[in-house]
Amino acid sequence: MSAPSTGGASRDGYGAALLNLADDPRVVVIEADLGKSTKSCLFRELYPERTISLGIAEQNMVLVAAGLASCGKVPFASTFAIFTERAFEQVRNGIARPGLVAHICGSHGGIHTGTDGSSAQSIEDLALYRTIPGMTVMHPSDDLSATKLTEQLLNHPNPSYTRTARNKTPRIYDEDTVKSIQIGKGSVLKEGNDVAIIAIGVMVHKALEAAENLRSDGIDATVVDMHTIKPLDKGLLDQLATSVSGIVTVEDHSVIGGLGSAVSEYLSENNPTIIRKIGVEDRFGESGDSEELLTLVGLTVESIETAARAML
Amino acid sequence: MEGTEVSVQSLENVAKICRRSIVDMIHKAGAGHPGGSLSAIDLIVGLYGTQLNVDSNNPDSSQRDRFIMSKGHASPAVYAILKEHDFLNQSDLDGFRSLGSVCQGHVDMKWTNGVDFSAGSLGMGLSFGIGTAFAAKMDGLDYQTWVMLGDGETQEGQIWEGFMAASYHNLDNLHVIIDRNRIQNDDFVNVQMEIGDVASKVEAFGWSVKEIDGHDMEAVVEALQWSMDTPGPSAVVAHTIKGKGVSFMEDNPSFHGKAPNDAELKMAMEELV
Repeated sequence: MSAPSTGGASRDGYGAALLNLADDPRVVVIEADLGKSTKSCLFRELYPERTISLGIAEQNMVLVAAGLASCGKVPFASTFAIFTERAFEQVRNGIARPGLVAHICGSHGGIHTGTDGSSAQSIEDLALYRTIPGMTVMHPSDDLSATKLTEQLLNHPNPSYTRTARNKTPRIYDEDTVKSIQIGKGSVLKEGNDVAIIAIGVMVHKALEAAENLRSDGIDATVVDMHTIKPLDKGLLDQLATSVSGIVTVEDHSVIGGLGSAVSEYLSENNPTIIRKIGVEDRFGESGDSEELLTLVGLTVESIETAARAML
Repeated sequence: MEGTEVSVQSLENVAKICRRSIVDMIHKAGAGHPGGSLSAIDLIVGLYGTQLNVDSNNPDSSQRDRFIMSKGHASPAVYAILKEHDFLNQSDLDGFRSLGSVCQGHVDMKWTNGVDFSAGSLGMGLSFGIGTAFAAKMDGLDYQTWVMLGDGETQEGQIWEGFMAASYHNLDNLHVIIDRNRIQNDDFVNVQMEIGDVASKVEAFGWSVKEIDGHDMEAVVEALQWSMDTPGPSAVVAHTIKGKGVSFMEDNPSFHGKAPNDAELKMAMEELV
């Protein structure tokens, strides 16, 4: 177990948020063995009386969360993103369907998870949870925004799924800029009139880097951190669709059902726009380090630039 | 209800009224699960009549006892008892399974006053009950959580995750009743996948277990009190007869999930007097 480090992974931000929320006695943390990995261990260490260890049993964990929520608690349950999927039906039928408010965090999401290999690299979690009525679905881009968004779940009216990442990525926000982040509102990190790059999670910093490179070629790109993919910031999408030549979506997630799909579904019916989706094509990952794997599946700064140029 | 002397005979009378309600509402709806409702109803009547601290005037009280009906297809049994305890009325029961009705096909806390859990997908109720039992302990409240499971339902792996977790955490405010009626959707349990000596299995997971005849009201009442008096989590395995009380439904797998037709309704009602 390690304390959140400067410029930590988004999972560190989740752990920090739980500590910040601890003053509210309704907050209960639930673990299925992987608290050291998801960082709920930080809460457990200080508040063992409000932490429930349920062993390697995710289905049970999700319904225990539901039962607690029915009694007025605000449960935060976490495990690896991929293992939350084992309890997908429990989230659907046990939490969301009766309108209970419990929060699931899936850490180690995406190909970026790295050397553990494809069994641990969830690339479909966002797609799955997005289909559940009333579910809020988020994937923060750094530790600071993960903290802020998790804190906002305390009085959030809906159940949620938040994916965090195992590995550190450059910080997108600082203590000041992160203050304006809000569930359901895309964060415009950079403004430009030529193209828009809408990214999520560990790909946001690559989107910013691509935008810098494009700028040196005289191309102005807007960059958005769409940390909440449900509810989607439709107002921002409408605005972008009418002001740029095209939109590139970027995610460490399957191109089927994730951010790119969400943006395409909305804009194709409401504000038809040229969209290019960059994500994991219809395949599984493998072992390797994060950067090697992102390169293997085409999640690179160069591929973002190429897609953006093709819009003009 | 708790602490009030209730005679076994009066509970048996309530059970008979509930059996009539069950058969009637399923017939009206043209669909539903009579077999598992009729096997469970004596247990449910005993529970509501002697243990469960609930009040239709204050259905959301944070201090109420919880009844988690995990075998949610036996919803008619729950609606029948909720009517006897003034949570529902006859017109609610008449709407069973119809659009907009508070009596949904499977019990649903979002729709029905007095229902504490949204069931329908087997295997989940025990875990939910662990959550409510934990909440009671965290809040220093002494309400009890009662979970009813079907025997076929114990084929679900999640049930055993729950049994393991509850004894590990010593949830002495959690009580399970298993309706051992030996029939599931497709056929007899021992044909589909026999669960065997379920009492010993639950015991092996660290629970205290008592086996009873689930249609002997005196034994039911005693067993529920035994569960209250037993330290740690405790389970009552109630041996029951699917479709109990209606001769042609008894021990008959085809009435797991089938409504009686008009002639069958008439025959059933003639028996349930």
